[in-house]
Amino acid sequence: MTITRRHFIRSMALKSAAVAAATMFPGISFASWKPTDLPAGSIQWNKTPCRFCGTGCGLLVGVSGEKAVAVKGDPRCSVNKGLCCVKGYHSVQILYGKDRFKTAYVRKNGQMVPTPIEEALDLVAEKMKTSIQEKGKDSVCIYGSGQWSIPDGYAASKFFKGCIGTNNVEANARLCMASAVTGCLTTFGLDEPMGCYEDIDNADVFITWGNNMAEMHPVLFSRMLANRKSKTHVKIIDLTTRSTRSSQAADKSMIFNPQSDLAIANGICHEIIKNGWINEAFVSKHVSFHKGKTNIGYGTEDHFKFKDKAETVDFEALKTFLEDYTPETVEKISGVSAEDIKYLAALYGDPAKKVTSFWTMGMNQHTRGTWINNLVYNIHLLTGKISEPGNSPFSLTGQPSACGTVREVGTLTHKLPHGVVMKEESRKMAAKIWGVPETNIDPKPTYHTVEMFRALDRGDINFMWIQVTNPMVTMPNLRRYRDGAKKDGRFIVVSEIYPTPTSDVADVILPSALWVEREGFFGNSERRTQHNAQLVPKPGEAMCNTWQLIQVARRLGFEKQFPWSQDSYIEDIWNEYTKFHDTPKHRMAPYKVLTEQSGVQWPYVDGKETRWRYNGKYDPACQGDSFDFYGKPDHRAWVWLRPYEPAAESPDREYPFWLNTGRVLEHWHTGSMTRRIPILHKAMPESYVEINPEDAKSLGVVEGSKVKISSRRGSLVMKASINGRGNPPTGMVFVPFFDESYLINEVTLDAFCPISKQPDYKKCAVKLEKV
Amino acid sequence: MPIFSFLAYPENSMKDQLIKDLSVMQYCEVKPSDNKDVLILLTDTPDEETNKDLINNIKDLASLQSLSMTFGHTD
Repeated sequence: MTITRRHFIRSMALKSAAVAAATMFPGISFASWKPTDLPAGSIQWNKTPCRFCGTGCGLLVGVSGEKAVAVKGDPRCSVNKGLCCVKGYHSVQILYGKDRFKTAYVRKNGQMVPTPIEEALDLVAEKMKTSIQEKGKDSVCIYGSGQWSIPDGYAASKFFKGCIGTNNVEANARLCMASAVTGCLTTFGLDEPMGCYEDIDNADVFITWGNNMAEMHPVLFSRMLANRKSKTHVKIIDLTTRSTRSSQAADKSMIFNPQSDLAIANGICHEIIKNGWINEAFVSKHVSFHKGKTNIGYGTEDHFKFKDKAETVDFEALKTFLEDYTPETVEKISGVSAEDIKYLAALYGDPAKKVTSFWTMGMNQHTRGTWINNLVYNIHLLTGKISEPGNSPFSLTGQPSACGTVREVGTLTHKLPHGVVMKEESRKMAAKIWGVPETNIDPKPTYHTVEMFRALDRGDINFMWIQVTNPMVTMPNLRRYRDGAKKDGRFIVVSEIYPTPTSDVADVILPSALWVEREGFFGNSERRTQHNAQLVPKPGEAMCNTWQLIQVARRLGFEKQFPWSQDSYIEDIWNEYTKFHDTPKHRMAPYKVLTEQSGVQWPYVDGKETRWRYNGKYDPACQGDSFDFYGKPDHRAWVWLRPYEPAAESPDREYPFWLNTGRVLEHWHTGSMTRRIPILHKAMPESYVEINPEDAKSLGVVEGSKVKISSRRGSLVMKASINGRGNPPTGMVFVPFFDESYLINEVTLDAFCPISKQPDYKKCAVKLEKV
Repeated sequence: MPIFSFLAYPENSMKDQLIKDLSVMQYCEVKPSDNKDVLILLTDTPDEETNKDLINNIKDLASLQSLSMTFGHTD
């Protein structure tokens, strides 16, 4: 049978619809349809994780000749079971944008001039060396991302922390899940979720906290809907600050006032205790009680410092603390009715119901992000609904390797691949594996992300290497940091694939190999490590980010630490890196296993993955077959007393609206890849400001009217969207940040959680004017 | 050659009508499910203009409640 390209694409289109239908409607059948056989031999299908969000869908990329031509979901991958979202289906097109960087560029007399990559790498090494000699090791820094493949982050950490001796290593994951990290660490003593996506198939109730999964994690949302379709009693409850597509699909949606999720969580715990819904056997054996500092600030000033101090208390102290959070009081703070607070508590408190809580940026991008993470864990701990199928507090991530690279390799200023720089035993382990003197590793963390860009603005840092991220779109209070990056005496290196506002401020642009143009690993939200092979050639002089780092490290004299050949360096790095995690608590799968399977969950012990941590039935690191929260010295999870405190900036007479920012289904992050996919760009060509219809009427604004949004930091003009796919309550507006033509972060505030140092992109005060 | 696939949801009790409406439209191929109220719709048009017109005509059908795109390809 001869199959034309058109025939093949039609077959793919039919298959994707059939898979989507099967996921949405379990048991669906299409008798008249038989999938067309695909042409044997003409297309090679190879597994890879998706390049976009943190779900970690397994894809099969079809390669014809030297070009990736098609995508389908990998039916062998337990994450997505053959399904993809609209971004995944079109993902190979990100490789072939017309304006792809294929050569290096160096700024000469104000102009970016094409330059051989070896010459550009020489210049990068020379500038780093000069800066270190003249201003010290802490004058240079690297800023990466949760899109760094694991070897990229590992090479960056080894080079900067181990060889140069500076802790100036940060990543954009600080902006998206640092509060999830500190939430896990303060409650459990170890990072990352205890559960897995199988929780979705087992839960009776889903409660989403400020989380629009229908657009941000559509494949996982489809799995939730599939569960609800197959079991009529399953409920989805949407706790949100604006009505979204997820709200439309939920059984019940509750709109709460920004920041008041803290009060809601405490109100739920108040009701659980009052009604005797505590799982006393679980709490008495596995939980301890603690309180920390209060009135902890917002970090809006340079050099802000904060250190929490835990004090052990008892259950009675928690009970007394929660007396301030009766449902009626919480209603006044949150706007959610006392009746609904009681309903939520009854769902969590019903011993017959398995409950999964999901959250992402709503709880993490929050000036009390660590606290709200703690408080949702409190609910699950008081009811004992944790670490077993369907009972799961689950923080989802937004980037493909925020977990695998940033959280596990530890590409944050205080972290090492195992442990933290402050601990001598962690420094000793790193020094031994890296082959550097222990004294090379500085015991003091330096700058978290916001403070790193402040240091660049002040001139404390004057060399910054940015890889795989676009901070000149994403930094809050952006104008200050863009102006800082452009100041005299700063030298900015950007490893990128396409022109962006960040490459606009670069002194050197290094062309990067992207996704399946190189070998690598990602780690998704459920502790799943996923390997991808190089499937297609790199364009022009594009170079893998890991290899760029190795090349510059060698130029600075660290050949001994980076000895690997170009044929095997990814495998060699994996073998070295996994030495850091060689215990039953975090052992990772061998390279060969990862190349064969569509992702493997850690801890991987005796050839088996671990689905649920901290439960002896599933987790080989536990002592005994009961629950064991082994991350804490007392082997108990910590319940924290954390109060409601207001946002850093709230609407007032001059700036009467809340500004909330976020993403849309079609575009991923700053849109530098998805806006180059024609169909996605056409579906969502530009950003907009969502306004409540009543507010629009008061302002005299209709759909498409131009509106000026201003804060104390900046302003921009964009089109209004009224009754669009999202609808904020009165007094709030929402703006997606994917469109570099509308830099909404010139308006946002650089306040952050004092514990996690993660900025709050969901709350600041603005005014609106019709233009 | 724009090629798209959609899940098409009929208005209440109008699945058969929606199948009829879509089946007579040029560039459309319909795959009804045997046991659920949802159809697969494949559109295969010669150019973007034709595709745009077709989608507008489909959206005007009284028997259609909503369309959800699952795949799209344009050259």
